[in-house]
Amino acid sequence: MADGGIGAPNKRREDIRFLTGKGNYTDDMNKRGQAYVAFARSQVAHGTLKGVDTSAAQEMPGVVRVFTGADFAEVGGIPCGWQITDKHGEVMQEPAHPVLAQGKVRHVGDAFAAVVAETAEQARDAAEAIEADIDELPAVVDMKAALADGAPKVHDDLTSNLCYDWGFVEENKGAVEEAFKNAAHVTTLDLVNNRLVANPMEPRVAIGDYDSSSGDSTLFTTSQNPHVIRLLMGAFVLGIPEHKLRVVAPDVGGGFGSKIFHYAEEAFCTFAAKAIDRPVKWTSSRSEAFITDAHGRDHVTTIQLALDKDNNFTALRTDTHANMGAYLSTFAPSVPTWLHGTLMAGNYKTPLIYVNVKAVFTNTVPVDAYRGAGRPEATYQLERVISKAALELGVDPIALRRQNFITEFPYATPVAVEYDTGDYVATMDKLEEIADLAGFEKRAAASKAKGKLRGLGVNCYIEACGIAPSNLVGQLGARAGLYESATVRVNATGGLVVMTGSHSHGQGHETAFPQVIAEMIGIDPSMVEIVHGDTANTPMGMGTYGSRSLAVGGSAMFKATEKIIAKAKKIAAHLMEAAEGDVELANGEFSVAGTDKSVAWGDVTLAAYVPHNYPLEDIEPGLEETAFYDPANFTYPSGAYACEVEVDPDTGKVTIEAFAAADDFGNIVNPMIVDGQVHGGIGQGIGQALLEGAVYDEDGQLLNGSFMDYAMPRADDLPFYTVDHSCQTPCTHNPLGVKGCGEAGAIGSPPAVVNAVVDALRRGGSDITHIDMPLTPSRVWAAMQK
Amino acid sequence: MAQVKMTVNGKAVSAPAEGRMLLSTYLREALGMTGTHVGCDTGQCGVCAVHVDGKLVKSCNMFAAEAEGAEVTTVEGMANEDGSLGAIQQAFQDHHGLQCGFCTPGMVMAASALLKVNSKPTEAEVRAHLSGNLCRCTGYHNIVKAIMAASGQDVAVAAE
Ligand code: FES
Ligand code: FES
Repeated sequence: MADGGIGAPNKRREDIRFLTGKGNYTDDMNKRGQAYVAFARSQVAHGTLKGVDTSAAQEMPGVVRVFTGADFAEVGGIPCGWQITDKHGEVMQEPAHPVLAQGKVRHVGDAFAAVVAETAEQARDAAEAIEADIDELPAVVDMKAALADGAPKVHDDLTSNLCYDWGFVEENKGAVEEAFKNAAHVTTLDLVNNRLVANPMEPRVAIGDYDSSSGDSTLFTTSQNPHVIRLLMGAFVLGIPEHKLRVVAPDVGGGFGSKIFHYAEEAFCTFAAKAIDRPVKWTSSRSEAFITDAHGRDHVTTIQLALDKDNNFTALRTDTHANMGAYLSTFAPSVPTWLHGTLMAGNYKTPLIYVNVKAVFTNTVPVDAYRGAGRPEATYQLERVISKAALELGVDPIALRRQNFITEFPYATPVAVEYDTGDYVATMDKLEEIADLAGFEKRAAASKAKGKLRGLGVNCYIEACGIAPSNLVGQLGARAGLYESATVRVNATGGLVVMTGSHSHGQGHETAFPQVIAEMIGIDPSMVEIVHGDTANTPMGMGTYGSRSLAVGGSAMFKATEKIIAKAKKIAAHLMEAAEGDVELANGEFSVAGTDKSVAWGDVTLAAYVPHNYPLEDIEPGLEETAFYDPANFTYPSGAYACEVEVDPDTGKVTIEAFAAADDFGNIVNPMIVDGQVHGGIGQGIGQALLEGAVYDEDGQLLNGSFMDYAMPRADDLPFYTVDHSCQTPCTHNPLGVKGCGEAGAIGSPPAVVNAVVDALRRGGSDITHIDMPLTPSRVWAAMQK
Repeated sequence: MAQVKMTVNGKAVSAPAEGRMLLSTYLREALGMTGTHVGCDTGQCGVCAVHVDGKLVKSCNMFAAEAEGAEVTTVEGMANEDGSLGAIQQAFQDHHGLQCGFCTPGMVMAASALLKVNSKPTEAEVRAHLSGNLCRCTGYHNIVKAIMAASGQDVAVAAE
């Protein structure tokens, strides 16, 4: 390992600015002459928008201009980035999504007008004075009701509220049914994957800026993928070519998926800045975030597992209703399909699988990817049904899993993906050790002596990360490529700058990415600087989500650095008058094998820019290379998780007593950052399992739209976690052998918590087999009374 | 608009503030001190936490005018004289107590308020004290660890 290179727990350099208040988040920026936006939003979930009276607002102090849907009649709507083809070969129903509502409002929070004013307060005051003439219509909230005959339609021009009815793998359907007929045992489980609000601590912000002298537009925005926003907004909404549009996502305060998507407010601010020829800023309040940021999860599922007489899994069948909300958010259609159905094999060699998903429009906020996106939903149902099967069969849930583990790789699942590597036995062994499962009964007895019910939940997970081979996702309906890019610029005196298409909003790229280059060249990581987040100075890249930054973005950087090293070796060979093939690079020095000739990294880089003694006839001066890396496959991190809970039998309150995670992320670049990613994911997963859940009433009002009533996990809801990633089966198809670690915690932890609570209640004498998340005291207490 | 005066991080400041201007807005917009963040509109998240006359306060829960004449400390005032990280800040970096950094100013201010009155808090005391500060990134593990480390306690045992 180079000093501070791959594998070193380097402290994060970005921390210095965050710890001293010098971060540069979008809301920290103000532009000269800036005006402020406030949106007028629908208070009803569904209604005909007959008119918008802006006359009072126009007259209010400080108001610059009021916009309504009519102002956007000539521009495109917010596009959807993924088209699903249903089980009949038909493409999904895709409704229009105007920047400001036209004709109808479709969820509480749907904006129908916006005020631009001199101050934020004046904009808010005037937005309140806008009168919308809305004829309220009955709302559809429940997905099954939305599909019933005669249900009110969210979009009048669509045939129904069904976006698509997806079957996967459709050709396997008959064989799956046959296997169920022949099964020795079938376990059936109905469950809900609760609707979540991502709630990164930084609310969304957008600043549009227009330079009338050049005709250039700039959008500063809280985004995980500025290039994607530039392409979507420029090409599909506002008709601005990329060279006249710059998108900047500076320091971003968390995303978890919710800042992937292109939102109407971004298009609005960019459009309005040009219209009034002034910078225009919008800062979301948290209340606004709850009703405008895309939500996550919200699946209602029936899953069935078939087993033979020896408890081998023979088939799996699932039937899911997935909520799309009122409009299709950027990647919404892909989440319950390709990011969910393809993971249904999990860690097990189930030979036959059929997944049906009905995606449904409702009068609620759009639903899209949230940390894990589809994979937590797959893992939750699979791992819960296996635990239920173990209960029904009276077998040990860990033994049942071990018996069905995939043990040979590569492994082609019946759901279209091929796992390259993994070792599920090793991660389970590791889990048993770090969670001290052998000592559980003793701890359970101690809890019992205190009057508490202790339970143990164990499960596995697999995920597909490093999205994705572009040709494959193209066949699956993606309207984008999913490669990543990097430009590596070596300066004359030897320092490097990496301009990456990946984006960091907490992942620590500025620290971890340099470790890779430091390792490759044998220099100190402090010689490498990372630039990201600005379309003006980074190559076209797809951004950060799906645990892809290191696996895809890091691989692009690796490839660009390889090109740099190859060229530098040519220069070094010239300087040392040696054959290029004999030149070696180690510890920041080029040498010729078997001789004492050497030349330092800095001398070679200087020669590249001061080419006095240089092979100009063979190569150009300078040392700068770009690479685009398109992955050959997904990566497949996996692991085993254990949760121990105590349940208070008098109140139903659950406390997490211990949580252990044994993950296989392949090679690790910075173990400290990896630990942190797992901690954060587990925190969110426990939040989903115990506390969180967006609740709509039947009129489509979000009942818990603030931190007063949406229960975010707090420090005293969570324990210290025991995490281990010493089981490492390197990815076989990317040059770093890395798999990705950003979502694992959120994917693997909810079933562990629910398994543990069910176990605790059963140890207390209940015969309960399932409780839906979140496992609030009232739900647990009620379950105990049955 | 009335002029509101106070001392921020030891410096006398004065800026015009509408009656309804929150202290958080005053710091961020009137003074341009953007280290203090805003994460909610109901006083629940704590990313805006500062000290007012030595007490931990959510700056979004107080009008600027209410802090007239007060001594305010923000995250910008937590480094050492020479600009190096203060002990709590250093512990956060050493123990990876931050990811996106958005909750961090509030966490640092909350930690410092705790350690002033309780120099060796237990894990449970740290967690209870942070009940007014949300972090969505870290699962709190490394924040709790950092605060305990800043108090000179061996966290290796507690947190591994
Ligand atoms: S911004 Fe002050 S508590 Fe959330
Ligand atoms: S570090 Fe991102 S919210 Fe705490």
